[in-house]
Amino acid sequence: MLESHKKLERNSIWLLIFTVVAVSIGGLVEIVPLFRMETTIEPVKGVRPLTPLELAGQDIYIREGCNTCHSQQIRPLRDEIQRYGHYSLAAESMYDHPFVWGSERTGPDLARVGGKYSNMWHLEHLKNPRSVVPESIMPNYSLLATRPVRTWDIADKMKALAAVGVPYTKAHIANAAIDMQIQTLPDEDPTGLQERYGPKVVPQDYGSGDLGSPTEADALIAYLQQLGTQVDFTTYDPDYELKKAPAK
Amino acid sequence: MTTLQPTAETVPVPAAPPRYDETILKYFTIAAMFWAIAGFAVGVLLALQMAFPAFNLEPYLTFGRVRPLHTSAVIFAFGGNILFATSYHVVQRTCQTRLYSTKMAWFHFWGYQAFILMAGLGYLFGVTQGKEYAEPEWYADLWLTVVWVVYLVNYLMTLTRRKEKHIYVANWFFLAFIVTVAILHLCNNVSLPVSVVSVKSYSLWAGVQSALIQWWYGHNAVGFFLTAGFLGMMYYYIPKQADRPVYSYRLSIIHFWSLIFIYIWAGPHHLLYTSLPDWAQTLGMTFSIMLWMPSWGGMINGMMTLSGAWHKLRDDPILQFMIIALAFYGMSTFEGPLMSIKTVNALSHYTNWTVGHVHAGALGWVAYISFGAIYYLVPHLWKKPAMFSKTLISVHLWISTVGIVLYITSMWVAGIMQGLMWRAYDEMGFLTYSFVEVVQAMHPYYIIRALGGLLFLAGGLIMAWNIWRTIHVPKPRIARKPKPALAAAQ
Repeated sequence: MLESHKKLERNSIWLLIFTVVAVSIGGLVEIVPLFRMETTIEPVKGVRPLTPLELAGQDIYIREGCNTCHSQQIRPLRDEIQRYGHYSLAAESMYDHPFVWGSERTGPDLARVGGKYSNMWHLEHLKNPRSVVPESIMPNYSLLATRPVRTWDIADKMKALAAVGVPYTKAHIANAAIDMQIQTLPDEDPTGLQERYGPKVVPQDYGSGDLGSPTEADALIAYLQQLGTQVDFTTYDPDYELKKAPAK
Repeated sequence: MTTLQPTAETVPVPAAPPRYDETILKYFTIAAMFWAIAGFAVGVLLALQMAFPAFNLEPYLTFGRVRPLHTSAVIFAFGGNILFATSYHVVQRTCQTRLYSTKMAWFHFWGYQAFILMAGLGYLFGVTQGKEYAEPEWYADLWLTVVWVVYLVNYLMTLTRRKEKHIYVANWFFLAFIVTVAILHLCNNVSLPVSVVSVKSYSLWAGVQSALIQWWYGHNAVGFFLTAGFLGMMYYYIPKQADRPVYSYRLSIIHFWSLIFIYIWAGPHHLLYTSLPDWAQTLGMTFSIMLWMPSWGGMINGMMTLSGAWHKLRDDPILQFMIIALAFYGMSTFEGPLMSIKTVNALSHYTNWTVGHVHAGALGWVAYISFGAIYYLVPHLWKKPAMFSKTLISVHLWISTVGIVLYITSMWVAGIMQGLMWRAYDEMGFLTYSFVEVVQAMHPYYIIRALGGLLFLAGGLIMAWNIWRTIHVPKPRIARKPKPALAAAQ
C-alpha cells in the first residue's frame, strides 16, 4: 500500500483527483436520491405557498435571524408532540427556500405557533417580549411596528421563487401588491385572495399599522399565524400509503 | 590606479530574490490576529445578550444579526486567515520553492478581507441567506468563489513547482481543505437573486433537500475548514516545534484518506428525528460513529510525535498550546460521535450541549493549534530570536484554558439540564416545566459562559500585546555620559 501511495505523493494532480473522488461519494449517495425518491416528501393536502404578506414576513424572519434561536421542526418524540403539536412533515416546508428548521431552541419551537396566541399578543411580544413573558430573553423588536413593509419588490420576489419551483402563477404575481393590502383589510371582499391562497386566509387587523398599509410587524405576525396550520391533522393519516398498498 | 574602474568586487550583483515569499505571510498572520480579537469580542457580546437581554441594541445589534457576525469572524476571518498564512508558509517550506505567484497571493489577501467586510456588514443590515455558516448573500458568495479559485490555483501550482519529490503530508490536508470547501461552497449556495440590484436571493434548494445540502455543507465546513486545514497545520508545526519527525507515516496515510472519505457522510446527524428520510439519518449516524477512528488517528499521530521529546512539554508553552489542542481535538471528536447516536441526540439536539461541543472544538482545538502556529511564526517571520515574553505565553495559555473549561462545563450542565427539563413529566403525566421555566434555569450558566468567553478574549489580548512587542522591539537606549557636574564633584 505504501508503495502504491507513493505515486499519489509524487503527483499533485493525481492527489487532487483522488481527493475529489473521495469527498464526492458520500455527498452523491446521500443527496441525489433525495431528489429522485417520491417518498422524500409525501404529498399532504392543504400545503400552499405563502401569501405576499406572509412571504414578506418570512423574509423579515430570516433577516432578523429568528431562526438562530427558534426551531421550526417538531420531532416525533412524546414530549415534543405534547408541547408543540403534531411532528413536522416534510411537505410543510417544501416551499421554503431555504428551509428554516433551525438548530437551537434558545426560544420555543415555532413550527405550530400559528393560532396559539392573538395578533395583539404577538405585537406586544415583538415590541417588548418581557411585557408578556417576564422571564424572556428575546430582544425587543419594537422598530418592526413602525416600519411599513416593502411592497415594491414583492412581485419580483414571487417571480424569483416561481423560477426556483414555488407554484406561484401569473395571477399570483400580478396581484401580489393588492393581495398584500387586502390581507390587512377585514372589511374588503377577500374572494380574489382566497381563490389564490385558499379559504383559510382571512383578512384581518394584524394590529400595528393602519388598515391597508401593513407594517413589518404585521407581515411577521401574518407569517407566524399561519405556521403549522396549513395541514388539517384531524383528517391527516400518516399510514395512508401503507393501507393503500395491499389494494394494488 | 586612481580611476575607479569597475572590478569584480564593485560591480553590483543583482540582489537574489528572497528564497521565500514572507511578507504575504506576515499580512495574513496579522489579519488573523485582528479578526480573532474582533470575533472573540463579538462572542462575549452574544454571551452577555443571552444572560442580559438589555445588551441587544435594535436594530443592528440584536442577537439574530450579531450571531452570524461572530461565527463568520471566528471561523472564516480568524480561521481562514491563519489557514492561508500557514498553508502558504508550509507549502513553500516543504516544497523548497517560492509561491507560484506573489500577485495572486496579494489578490487573495485583499480579496478575502473584502469578502469578510461585505459579509459582516451585510449581517448587521439584515442581509443574510439564513443558512448557518453560509449566511453571505449571492454577491459575496460569487466574489468569494473568484478569490478561492485564485487560492486553489496558486497553491496547486506551487505544489507542482516543488523541488522535493514527495508532497509532504501537511499539504495533502491543505489541498483537501481548499478543494472540498470549494465544492461545498458552490453546491450549497446556488441561488437566484431577486434582481441584479437586489441583495436578496432565494436558494435553489427547498425544504428537506435544502436542509440536507446545508448540513452536508455545514458539517464539512467543520470537517474540512476547521479540521483538515488545521490538521495540515498540526503536521508541520508540531514536528517543527518538538524537533521530532512525524510519529507514523503509515498512520498519516490511513487517517488522511479515511478522514476525508468518511467526513462527507456525517452531515445528516444534524437532522436526526426531523422530516429527513430515515435512511439518510441512519447513514449520517453510522458514518459519524465511524469518524471517531480517523479523528483519533490524527490525534495519536500528533501526540506521539513527541515520543522521546516529552520533556520539552515541561517548559515550552508553545508546545503546550499544540498538545492541549490535540487533547481537545480528541475530546470533541469523541463527543461528536457520541452526540450523533440517535438516542443521545434526542436529548442533546436543540440544547446548549451542542454549543458547548462546538466550542470545545473551536476554542480548544482550532484556536489553540492556531495560537501555537502563530507563536511559532511571528519570531520566524520577523526574524527575532524568540517571542518577546515566554511568561506571557504561559499566562495566555492558562487564562484561556480556564476560560474554555468554564465555557464547556457550563454548557454541558446547561444543555443536559435543558434536555431533561423539556422531557420531564410529573406523576400525573403532564409536562413538568413550561418552556420559559427552562429559559430561566439557564441564566446562571449563561453568566458563567460569558465569564469563560471573557477570559478567552483576555488571553487573546495578551497574545496580541506579546506579538506587538516581539515585532517592535524598542531600540536599546544609548548609555548617557556621566554628568559633568558629577564628574567635577568627584
